[in-house]
Amino acid sequence: MALLEVKNLGISFGGLRAVNEFHMEIEKGCLYGLIGPNGAGKTTVFNLLTGVYKPTEGIITLDGENIVGKKTIDINKAGIARTFQNIRLFKGLSVLDNVKVGLHNHHKYSTIEGILRLPKYYKVEKEMDEKALELLSVFGLDKYADTLAANLPYGKQRELEITRALATEPKLLLLDEPAAGMNPNETQDLMNTIRFVRDKFDMTILLIEHDMKLVSGICEKLTVLNFGQVLAEGETSEVLNNPEVIKAYLGE
Amino acid sequence: MKNIKKMNKTTKSNLLTYLMVIAIYAVVQILVATGNVSSLLQGLLVPLCAYIILAVSLNLTVGILGELSLGHAGFMCVGAFTSAFFSKCMVDVIPSSGIRFFLALLIGAATAGICGILIGIPVLRLKGDYLAIVTLAFGEIIKNIANILFIGKDSNGLHFSTKDSISLGLEEGGKVIINGPQGITGTPKDSTFTIGVLLILLTLFIVLNLIHSRSGRAIMAIRDNRIAAESVGINITKYKLMAFAISAALAGVAGVMYSHNLATLTATSKNFGYNMSIMILVFVVLGGIGNIRGSIIAAIVLTLLPELLRGLQDYRMLIYAIVMIVMMLFNWAPKAIEMREKLAAKLKAGRKKNTKEAA
Repeated sequence: MALLEVKNLGISFGGLRAVNEFHMEIEKGCLYGLIGPNGAGKTTVFNLLTGVYKPTEGIITLDGENIVGKKTIDINKAGIARTFQNIRLFKGLSVLDNVKVGLHNHHKYSTIEGILRLPKYYKVEKEMDEKALELLSVFGLDKYADTLAANLPYGKQRELEITRALATEPKLLLLDEPAAGMNPNETQDLMNTIRFVRDKFDMTILLIEHDMKLVSGICEKLTVLNFGQVLAEGETSEVLNNPEVIKAYLGE
Repeated sequence: MKNIKKMNKTTKSNLLTYLMVIAIYAVVQILVATGNVSSLLQGLLVPLCAYIILAVSLNLTVGILGELSLGHAGFMCVGAFTSAFFSKCMVDVIPSSGIRFFLALLIGAATAGICGILIGIPVLRLKGDYLAIVTLAFGEIIKNIANILFIGKDSNGLHFSTKDSISLGLEEGGKVIINGPQGITGTPKDSTFTIGVLLILLTLFIVLNLIHSRSGRAIMAIRDNRIAAESVGINITKYKLMAFAISAALAGVAGVMYSHNLATLTATSKNFGYNMSIMILVFVVLGGIGNIRGSIIAAIVLTLLPELLRGLQDYRMLIYAIVMIVMMLFNWAPKAIEMREKLAAKLKAGRKKNTKEAA
């Protein structure tokens, strides 16, 4: 059974049909790409998957569990974490604290224990620090642990966002245009990072991207979206050679 | 290693805040003992403690939670009246002023906290500055309710009225406890400067420890990016409500302090109205939003300044205004921030050099 199964997903905003009869199956451990022209509804699909929008119809199952109608926080608890097209970090917090917020639901103590500084506070905080630093060191971000997230260089901010998402221990990681605004070198680094994350954490990754070099370089399977409809899907090389895809998106 | 250093940094900063309060307390006590403080200023000490608690607690809402509240004096009013009512009822039953005041504190904090939750449940779910509007209204409503409320006690129990004290229909020997616009008279004077300072330390303990805990991080994450906080599984409503309720409850504590220092407690626009709420907000903004120590300093400076400048007559408010502007520039002007950071870096470098040489 696939990790993520989406069937007949659709949403209308008033009279606008943003996504129609969308379907998708992602196997565990797959690096899956979602591509398409601007306004095709890619980010809308992400927002449907993460519960930001409620679908007008359709079924989304994660690991056999239906997640349609759940709230964003419950979907995160069920195992979907995401990053954003325009980076959304907790800018007033340190890099370490950003990751520790991601650990929120896995390392718990009550507010009272926190205020009174009971032994559990010290124990769990220590665990969190260790876990967060471990995650940060995967990306070589541990040397920035005390830096304010807002002061990180752009590429590092993207990596921090991915680290924060990984801290929630997801089954499926959604990356919304991770290479946006990056130069070719940074993109190359990012490709290595994404592959590394998949291998190291045995992660399933779904990403939206416009950079065809990145898409053809790391994605094993693709779905092409056009005007809210699935235009093509399948192995990356097949899809990218599909004449319809070339006509609608890549250009002849 | 880095981590340990960081822990030390926040602990150090917190410790500095506690020490600052204790040092100020010691200085004031010495000045009072040597007779250098006028009776006018001495009378200001307990209200000052209340203002500091208010400023610190409002900073939790404005600086840490990132929501604007314009009715903080309303929560103070709730705490003041409920606790004064309790103390006056219980003055014969519980003779020990310590226990009575402790219970009054709990009651004042609890009722103000509950008001905070009741307001927060509908309002904090909304995005935008609705909290400011609703709390503004809440503050005025509470003040006006306090002005029309008559409560009396006789052998039959409590009597309520919103008209006047006669319509309470008290038996002979019954007494009016809350007398509408005349308020509550004869609240036992249980709060002292020392208790006030202890309560400031307690407030700091609660607020600072909350900020540097799991819940505090969640609250600040919501402030910085609500959508991202939701995406990593943070319950937005729960943490917003928690921060706001704690802030309201601490304002209630300030109200208890305030009411147990007055012979007659009345709700006027001067003490519990809109102006008061704005003044607390001014403390928070000028002290630095999110900067707890700054709130304390701003509350002290801006409360004492008008009194200390009394001798200058007409120039008093002019200087007060100038101090406000200077404080604002110092805290918020980009150049000033740059300068402060440079200075801090220089100090740090100097210190490092010293330790190296010492080693």
